Amino acid sequence: MEMRSDLARVRGLGSAKEGTATWWAQRLTAIALVPLTLWFVVSAIALVGADLGDFREWLGVHGNALLMVLFVLALFHHAQLGVGEVIEDYVHGHGAKVASLVAVKFAAALFAASSVLAVLAVAYRG
Amino acid sequence: MAEHRRPLSPHLQVYRPQITSILSILHRLTGIALAAASLLLAYWLTAAAYGADAFAAAQAFLASWFGRLILFGLTFALFYHLCNGVRHLAWDAGWGYELPTLRLTGWIVVAVSLAATLLTWIAAYAVAGAM
Repeated sequence: MEMRSDLARVRGLGSAKEGTATWWAQRLTAIALVPLTLWFVVSAIALVGADLGDFREWLGVHGNALLMVLFVLALFHHAQLGVGEVIEDYVHGHGAKVASLVAVKFAAALFAASSVLAVLAVAYRG
Repeated sequence: MAEHRRPLSPHLQVYRPQITSILSILHRLTGIALAAASLLLAYWLTAAAYGADAFAAAQAFLASWFGRLILFGLTFALFYHLCNGVRHLAWDAGWGYELPTLRLTGWIVVAVSLAATLLTWIAAYAVAGAM
């Protein structure tokens, strides 16, 4: 027998039982982003004033392309989770909240895909 | 049920700003700024995929005074969010909730963020100068 009133159960109140995956995703991407971000900052300094030829040469090193892809994926996932929390805090109408959460997730997917494709194109296209 | 606009008890008008509350909201603000910055990163990478002219335009924008101003602000946002993020991870592990520790780690985060921002830009100008 559930410790919830029938009304609470029907309205979907109480634990969704699925929140910890989101919590872990935010922490794991955060932990990954500590070394990845430091690597990115050092790389950005090294790439000051670079033209496309320099950038292509640098990205052609397998380790750099790999780390850039990992950085982009962790970044957009972490960003999308964080912005989602801000939306949940400040957007109150249910329709507007769902719409903006969906928009943020789709935008993150779009820009992450574009970034990964760009890295692959620059690193491996002839 | 109709929405009644009742007065709220004052908060921002009465509570003195403290290291805890300021750093907390700053973590959120820098997070939002960095989320916007991720779009800039996507633009920069995609420009490289579009070819030499597009990439040169992107580099030129970033090198302009306006671009550098944005990048400088983003550098601080990045290091602040990273350092305070580590502070958050420590809290998740259960460490650092005592008030003196909170204040100490808070000030360390601010100091390290500022120092890292300055060091990064000194290094970046050194690289630019050596070209």
